[in-house]
Amino acid sequence: MSIVFIAFQANEETRPIVDAIVADNPAATVQHSPGLVKIDAEGCLTVKRASIEERIGRPYDLQELNVNLITISGHLDEDDDEFTLAWKD
Amino acid sequence: MDMKATQKKMSLKDRYRHLTRGLDWETTYQPMDVVFPYDKYEGIKVHDWDKWEDPFRLTMDAYWKYQAEKERKLYAILDSFNQSNGHLNVTDARYINAIKIFFTAVPQVEYMAHRGFSIAGRQFRGVGPRVACQMQAIDEIRHAQTQIHTASNYNKYYNGINAFVHQYPRMWYQSVGKSFIDDAITGGPFEWMVAIGFSFEYVLTNLVFVPFVSGAAYNGDVGTMTFGFSAQSDEARHMTLGLECIKFMLEQDPDNLPIVQGWIDKWTWRGTRFLSLIGAMMDYMLPKRVMSWREAWDIYFEQNGGALFRDLARYGIKVPDCVAQAAEAKEHVSHQLWAALYQWNFGTMFHTWIPSPEELDWLSAKYPDTFDKYYRPRWEMWAQMEKEGKRYVNAGGLGANCQVCQFPMIFTEPGDPTKLCHRQTVYKKEKYHFCSDHCQHIFENEPEKYIQSWLPVNQMLQGNMGGGGLEEFFKWVHLRPGIDNMGFEGSEDQRNFAQWRGMATTNS
Amino acid sequence: MQIDLRTVEIKPLRQTFDHLAERFGDKPATRYQEGTYDIQQTWLYHYRPTWEPDLEIFDERRTRIRMKDWYDFKDPRQYYYGAYTIARAKQQEAADSAFAFAVENGMVEALPERSRELMLQFLVPARHAEWGANMNNMFMSAYGYGTAFEAACNYAAMDRLGIAQQISRIGLALGGEEALHAAKELWLRGASWQPLRRYLEDSFVVKDWFELFVAQNLVLDGLLYPFLYRHLRTLISADGNAFHGLATKFMSDWDSEATRWVDAIVKTAVAESAENKLLVSEWAFDYFGRGTEALAALAVAAFGSDAEAVVGVITDELKARLQKLGIWEGE
Repeated sequence: MSIVFIAFQANEETRPIVDAIVADNPAATVQHSPGLVKIDAEGCLTVKRASIEERIGRPYDLQELNVNLITISGHLDEDDDEFTLAWKD
Repeated sequence: MDMKATQKKMSLKDRYRHLTRGLDWETTYQPMDVVFPYDKYEGIKVHDWDKWEDPFRLTMDAYWKYQAEKERKLYAILDSFNQSNGHLNVTDARYINAIKIFFTAVPQVEYMAHRGFSIAGRQFRGVGPRVACQMQAIDEIRHAQTQIHTASNYNKYYNGINAFVHQYPRMWYQSVGKSFIDDAITGGPFEWMVAIGFSFEYVLTNLVFVPFVSGAAYNGDVGTMTFGFSAQSDEARHMTLGLECIKFMLEQDPDNLPIVQGWIDKWTWRGTRFLSLIGAMMDYMLPKRVMSWREAWDIYFEQNGGALFRDLARYGIKVPDCVAQAAEAKEHVSHQLWAALYQWNFGTMFHTWIPSPEELDWLSAKYPDTFDKYYRPRWEMWAQMEKEGKRYVNAGGLGANCQVCQFPMIFTEPGDPTKLCHRQTVYKKEKYHFCSDHCQHIFENEPEKYIQSWLPVNQMLQGNMGGGGLEEFFKWVHLRPGIDNMGFEGSEDQRNFAQWRGMATTNS
Repeated sequence: MQIDLRTVEIKPLRQTFDHLAERFGDKPATRYQEGTYDIQQTWLYHYRPTWEPDLEIFDERRTRIRMKDWYDFKDPRQYYYGAYTIARAKQQEAADSAFAFAVENGMVEALPERSRELMLQFLVPARHAEWGANMNNMFMSAYGYGTAFEAACNYAAMDRLGIAQQISRIGLALGGEEALHAAKELWLRGASWQPLRRYLEDSFVVKDWFELFVAQNLVLDGLLYPFLYRHLRTLISADGNAFHGLATKFMSDWDSEATRWVDAIVKTAVAESAENKLLVSEWAFDYFGRGTEALAALAVAAFGSDAEAVVGVITDELKARLQKLGIWEGE
């Protein structure tokens, strides 16, 4: 299975986002490099709005991810509740 | 309460569809083929533009909101970095030479990307790709400008960045990047999307903006880290657009496959050659290193690109032939390029140096199969020559440029790293030179395009670079020999940095 | 080791880049200057475009206007990307709250039938005209000469997409998806919209980017914006409902700002030479005639017997503006 990934700038705003992703994708692995945090997962990775909202205590629009996003890999499917990266092979 | 409450009933996908799709219409007072004259001549067949899937569904209100937030953050950090003389916090003034290479080439390439996407953002007849290209067009001018704005403060204190506008078309090695992007923009809109949207953005830019920018962060360059990561946040959208465009073409008509495959082959190689420069920067110019070029290549090209090509296999897309050569070359190119920059340093606007003994050991560890065998001996010999006051300079000139990628003949034969690779062919009674089989194939597919190449070596010989002599060349290219270039040891940059840092750390 | 470096007074080697020092002297440049001047290359193109092999990638011959220095087309707002997006984000935020206020306070439901119909018939179809304006400004960004001119056109193109989307939101608020379908039908087949659609489609095949600038940004916008956002608003507000005004705040603010840019560009081109002045005057005269026809068709349908007066006011104002720019002779 191929790896999908998402990377964010490492800062206060992205901490709860990364925590939410890790909680929702138990098989994902997190790597820290200077200035950035990269999350790898096999095949598929989902970012859930509800999980982020739970951690930040306010409504969250998944398009806010754009502000701190560094890169992604995989086909993207985004709706109001989930932001999913996946390979189809 | 905000807008969202009132629109809650409608999903993101529906909202986007209403606010974007459906804005366009079939023209009747003028024929569609006259209104959109350029989206058919490349041979790509499109039966239904509505089948285009928008991956990121940003409407302009959201676009302005999030981009403004990014810009506010970026300029706040940049202002504070500049006001506090943040440049003196970089690990070592040698580092600044890496970003000189970046600042003198990349903003101009980004600007060309902006223009190319403006063209695509006008010329695609489907509203989905057109809007996505328009957003990318404006993002790309953002990148050019934020890079220039970051360079601005470095330019005040260090040499070599001041003439970037003059040097972009004039500097010999800059023709590598310039010919790359000029090649893409002179293709049609679909080839543009494969060249930049797919091959460059999806397969290759991660290599520039992720490990290299992380390297900038590691070396204390908060300015470069900030614009780099901020730019890359737009790239996530751009990569997705490139991938979507490939899928769209392949799903529209089976006849599109060979055309798309040809472009992927061509642009993967063009991009790979261009990015060798980043390899040299990562392996040789960063005082503190996050990872080697080869490691970055493994993660971002082989692993990530591999996943991509496995995914595209269902459409019949094959991994480009050049990937095999690139896999071998990842062990060599950064060393070969740094050696080239060292020996022709008199013609560049940055300083070079010989890796320190610790750095040589790091390179040996990172390149166990190649470094000690092929490259360490040369550096040790050149170090010895420097010690004896006889720094090696290749006064014999550059030799020939590759007619396609425009690098001088500095890369070696696949399978034999001791032998320079050189190919040639005759077209309409003229002889043309190439650095590799892949560049030769690119030429042979479109000879009428590449015979137009403006090659620095030929132009120099014909007296078109200031007159013919070296002195005239320096003036023409805005270079101050010995101040802007040659050894870092003893340079004005080195002296100033040491003095300014000294002022900050002592009371005198 | 983090050192407090702020305390160090160090003398810069130079204040700015060579190309800016050549233009403005060696002094600190503004971010607008740094991000704009001389960024587009002007020579040494490796290859001719496969899509237009007779010309270079950037080629002064794509317009009949001639300038000694294309960077005279500077933007009075001095927009570089950051300044531009931050300005628009603020405007959008204000527009969003005005719109939300109107919707939440029941102004849509309270809209008298006549006003509602006026908006559905004369405002909502204009989303397509905005999309046309977006296309035209992208054309100018793609083929215009010099970063100063073309970058501002890219911003303008995005503005027009934003406005098209704002009008679409109004349509959705007034009548959901159906309202948008009906508006498109009017745009494609409604008799009063056809002259405007023809005007735009004809502009899509204009190859001279400065001619297109005159056709779109000077003349057509100069006629349509006062119609949609002043006269139509007055007519609708006469029914005692502020929805139109609150929902289209962005457009009126945008128009007064953009007009300053458009006038600055035209003034500069005209001041350059008698030849430019003649060309721009001819274009303005030609498009003024066609644009007035398009406006009149809409005005008759919306204003009935008052149409002549409305068109008279709008065209007089535009004539006065063109006169001030030196490209309209006589009355």
